[in-house]
Amino acid sequence: MDQLIIAGRSFNSRLMVGTGKFSSNQAMVAAMERSGCEIVTVALRRVDIDNPADSLLSHIDRDRYLLLPNTSGARDAEEAVRLARLARAAGCEPWVKLEVTPDPYYLLPDPIETLKAAEILVKEGFIVLPYMPADPVLAKHLEEVGCATVMPLGAPIGTNKGLRTRDHIAIIIEQAQVPVVVDAGLGAPSHAAEAMEMGADAVLVNTALADTPDPAAMGRAFRKGVEAGREAYLAGLGPQRQKAEASSPLTGFLRDNG
Amino acid sequence: MDLCINGQQKQYSEPLSIVQLLEQLELTPERVVVELNREILTAEKRADIQLHNGDTLELIQFVGGG
Repeated sequence: MDQLIIAGRSFNSRLMVGTGKFSSNQAMVAAMERSGCEIVTVALRRVDIDNPADSLLSHIDRDRYLLLPNTSGARDAEEAVRLARLARAAGCEPWVKLEVTPDPYYLLPDPIETLKAAEILVKEGFIVLPYMPADPVLAKHLEEVGCATVMPLGAPIGTNKGLRTRDHIAIIIEQAQVPVVVDAGLGAPSHAAEAMEMGADAVLVNTALADTPDPAAMGRAFRKGVEAGREAYLAGLGPQRQKAEASSPLTGFLRDNG
Repeated sequence: MDLCINGQQKQYSEPLSIVQLLEQLELTPERVVVELNREILTAEKRADIQLHNGDTLELIQFVGGG
């Protein structure tokens, strides 16, 4: 079996799904089911004490999906560490998608604060999956402090622009000793397939599923995209050439006279 | 007594435990994480804790996120 292994734990699916921005919990659950994902991200926020909402967790089957709490909203390492600890206190396994995004306009991850937080959380026993700029040098640093994966962005969160950082992601994949999960910006199954064809170990999508008229159908489409890309990577893509190379024989043409 | 809950000033009558506060707010205790004066309280730890005037609480839960 071709399984994804993160921190010693095996997964059949190489597609992770975020749970934000769905029009309803039903749409979210349908997209999760059809996508085949086994890891779902969640965020932590204050309870609205004047109007407590239905808990998200009552809709997620914890036996089927590993909850991966994120530290979204954290502007520095200290806030990210606080959120990760809160998630663990909520009874989650100590897995965390580390996100430190001080800039609200592009939501780009802060490399310095991300590295600082990663170091602290790894020491506290967390399995850390850091969202990061597609910087190969930073990826090595995060790996060295003990992160379980690296999660370079394809494009800014929620933009659906695809693999704008393709060349740097290729270097990260070439050098990484931990799984590479392309996170953020993937808007179409072809984007996911492209990342997987390059040798990414997994991808994470949220907006691409949540912000469509039919999240369940899009979940299934992404599942196929990820599987197709992975199978193509394992099969080995043929080389690119500058000049044409005929697929049909170059002999026995009808115009030949003998 | 005055409590600061999620940034809002609220008044409650004493005595009040954390568990009673969650009940009054109609929150499911196992789905809410509680931070009291910046200290995270695990479910076991918070069972017997009484609140006092001036305490600051954060009540946090999971929501959808990417």
